[in-house]
Amino acid sequence: MSSDRIVGIDLGTTNSLVAFMQGESPVVIPGDDGSNLVPSVVALDENNQPVIGNAARQYLAETPERAVYSIKRLMGRGIDDVREELRFFPFRLAEDLQAGEVLRIKLGEKTFTPPEISALILRQLKRNAERFFGAQVTKAVITVPAYFNDAQRQATKDAGRIAGLEVLRLVNEPTAASLAYGLDKKQNGIVAVYDLGGGTFDVSILKLHDGIFEVIATNGDTHLGGDDIDNLLITIALDDTLGDLGLDLRRNPEAVQAIRKAVIEAKIALSSQPSVKLDVELPGGKRYLREITREQFEQLIQPIVDRTVGPCRQALKDAGLKPEQIDEAVLVGGSTRIPKVRALVKELFHREPHTDLNPDEVVALGAAVQANILGGGSEATENMLLLDVTPLSLGIEVAGGVTDKIILRNSTIPASATQHYTTQVDGQANVAIHVLQGERELAKDCRSLARFDLKGIPAMAAGMARIEVKFLIDANGILHVSAREQRSGKESEIRVQPSYGLTDEQVEGMILDSFDSAEEDFRQRQVIEARNEAATILAALDKGKKSAAWGHLTTDEKKKIAKMEKALIAVKSEDDYQAIRKAIDALNQGTTRLAELMMDSAVSTVLKGKTMDEADMGEGPTAPHPMAKAEFE
Amino acid sequence: MRAVHFCQACGKVQPPAPVDYFTFFGLPRKLNLDVAALEKDFYELSRKLHPDLNARAGSQEQEWSLQQSSLLNDAHRTLKDPIKRTQYLLQLEGVELEEQSKTATEQARSTGQLKKQIVPPDLLQEVFELNMQLEELRMQKKMGEDDPALIEEIGRQKLELEEKQESLLRELEYRWKMWDGMIQREQNGQPVSEEERKQERDKMVDVLNRRNYIRNLVRDVSEVLEN
Repeated sequence: MSSDRIVGIDLGTTNSLVAFMQGESPVVIPGDDGSNLVPSVVALDENNQPVIGNAARQYLAETPERAVYSIKRLMGRGIDDVREELRFFPFRLAEDLQAGEVLRIKLGEKTFTPPEISALILRQLKRNAERFFGAQVTKAVITVPAYFNDAQRQATKDAGRIAGLEVLRLVNEPTAASLAYGLDKKQNGIVAVYDLGGGTFDVSILKLHDGIFEVIATNGDTHLGGDDIDNLLITIALDDTLGDLGLDLRRNPEAVQAIRKAVIEAKIALSSQPSVKLDVELPGGKRYLREITREQFEQLIQPIVDRTVGPCRQALKDAGLKPEQIDEAVLVGGSTRIPKVRALVKELFHREPHTDLNPDEVVALGAAVQANILGGGSEATENMLLLDVTPLSLGIEVAGGVTDKIILRNSTIPASATQHYTTQVDGQANVAIHVLQGERELAKDCRSLARFDLKGIPAMAAGMARIEVKFLIDANGILHVSAREQRSGKESEIRVQPSYGLTDEQVEGMILDSFDSAEEDFRQRQVIEARNEAATILAALDKGKKSAAWGHLTTDEKKKIAKMEKALIAVKSEDDYQAIRKAIDALNQGTTRLAELMMDSAVSTVLKGKTMDEADMGEGPTAPHPMAKAEFE
Repeated sequence: MRAVHFCQACGKVQPPAPVDYFTFFGLPRKLNLDVAALEKDFYELSRKLHPDLNARAGSQEQEWSLQQSSLLNDAHRTLKDPIKRTQYLLQLEGVELEEQSKTATEQARSTGQLKKQIVPPDLLQEVFELNMQLEELRMQKKMGEDDPALIEEIGRQKLELEEKQESLLRELEYRWKMWDGMIQREQNGQPVSEEERKQERDKMVDVLNRRNYIRNLVRDVSEVLEN
């Protein structure tokens, strides 16, 4: 039973989550720091051991050259796709990168491909789930932006495999969100999902029909999100300091990250208050001060928010629907907390959008629902079935460099198309096929997916061979190709050369920790992790006893804590990790009030500490804005 | 007769039979079909054939489920759309619609000449004028000028073209009726001559060609108006 537990994972640009179906409803599994969100940040510590999530942020501040965030932006992409990104994100590419090779990012002295870095995040989520269940987790459903192309999907699937997870399904994020909403609202109608996250934007229009979630149209932009708003505000601040102070901070990663942290906080605050004051300490003791009103902020972000309008209109058009035919609008992704975004969605779909589920968690919850369906379903998911579509048209290059579309966008998947080829010269043994994805007329404007060589065609006169090639997009949105020479009935050999991506052998070589799969090693790791955690909480307790807060506890409270402490010390040296966990949980509970008391006095100290991410901004563009001059002190 | 998709005894998904889309749904090769009933059947079959619902089956069954499910989606996508359905049936009848247009396109590209399109005679005059006006509007837009009267005039013509497109769809529906009647006669045991079959096919090809022409024209007009 336990080996069949399938989790749902939202592998996000900014944060990642793991969830599963507990009884009749999906729940998010927290990490050992108690947080539901695992920041998608990876760092290498001084021993070259990977550190992930909240812990990695600390490393990011101290050793920026050993850390990376927003890696999702690089998944399934080539060097030419990411030049723009490199101006804003501190990605350090390996120097020896060859053209056409999968990107490699430097962390310290080591290099990692984006799927490997994503795999480290996935493995952290896997461990969080294993810790929660006290059992191994080997199967997962992972969500991807609906508008992800084949290469980006394949890279995500590879990341799962590297992390030791069998990826049973890739689910589109907006579709997953609709599943989470659909659980309590078993009704029929047309739903529009507007998903603006940290780095990607998707819009999907679905038809709900007796438990069938049928996507009719989807559209989006895989490089549009909250990151873009942050970068805009950072650019303004850098312009200000350069223009008014003559201080060029663009090559000062620490300062840039201090500004980044401040503008993100300001952005979030502006969703609930009319104005906010930026106050950042700059190198050299100066302070950067700027007041931003919500009105100014809305004016600033208008061009970014407006970029979501085109995809929404196109999706409606593709669905053959008018805005007033949308019954429900659903908001997904942290950036939909911005009032301006909400207003736009209302205007686009003539509906007050739903916000009852946490926009950060709803995708993971939906992934858990899909995981449950794949696992055989339960009462809650009975009759539920997802019918998704391919977001981009699939084509092949024909004479003149033109794309011949063979599977149109918004076709329900799995979908297939069959093409026939012949030879141009006598005895020709190979035929080359170039597969593309995209909507543009010319092959050079579409995304190159792969080049196939049909080999071993039996010798025949020109034009005699009849080769049937079958293109099939599976339920994950990933392409498969098979070919057959029809006259001889011979299966042709196909050599697949993915334009962007890892080969099977490469993925095989990257698989993390083969010991993860061994039952005994798994148990041992659990014991070690539990003991480490026990040591941490005991040390924290010692510290607590010396703090002023300890004096505020009653004698009775102190007695209870002492008893639980003794119990934990007793089981700690034994091999039963479940018993250790129980004792930890008990002590955790028993010291809640102590922790609260300590927290009150600690808050001020923490705020002064530096915990910002670091980055090298590169040559950012300047950003014109409607605000008055900044102040400096 | 509908193709067999799963085992009658155990309910397991079977390998896809090499059948055409009509047979997949157990439909006669008629063109006037009940789209609502087709959709209902599509949902019912999806609930059995979709890979999500066969994720725990053996690898062979999973493979069959993938094949069957893609065939189901391909068939549904083709048959639910009146134009695609007609084109598909004509292809089954041996008319090489796609090949014709492909060859013409490739020829046009290699010679650098515009693809020759047969302008429906009843539209000749109108199309000529419309093209002139479109050219004028393109020029104006290039120069940054704006002629509301011209835009309004082109917009009006676009509406007319769209109406024509609609009426061609009705004409196509009439051809369906003739075709279906012929198939029905055949099913009732009355012989249908190859000549009659060919005539019916040709008439449908003609309607499709005219509609295609108008559709492309509407697309061109929209492009110029929106840019």
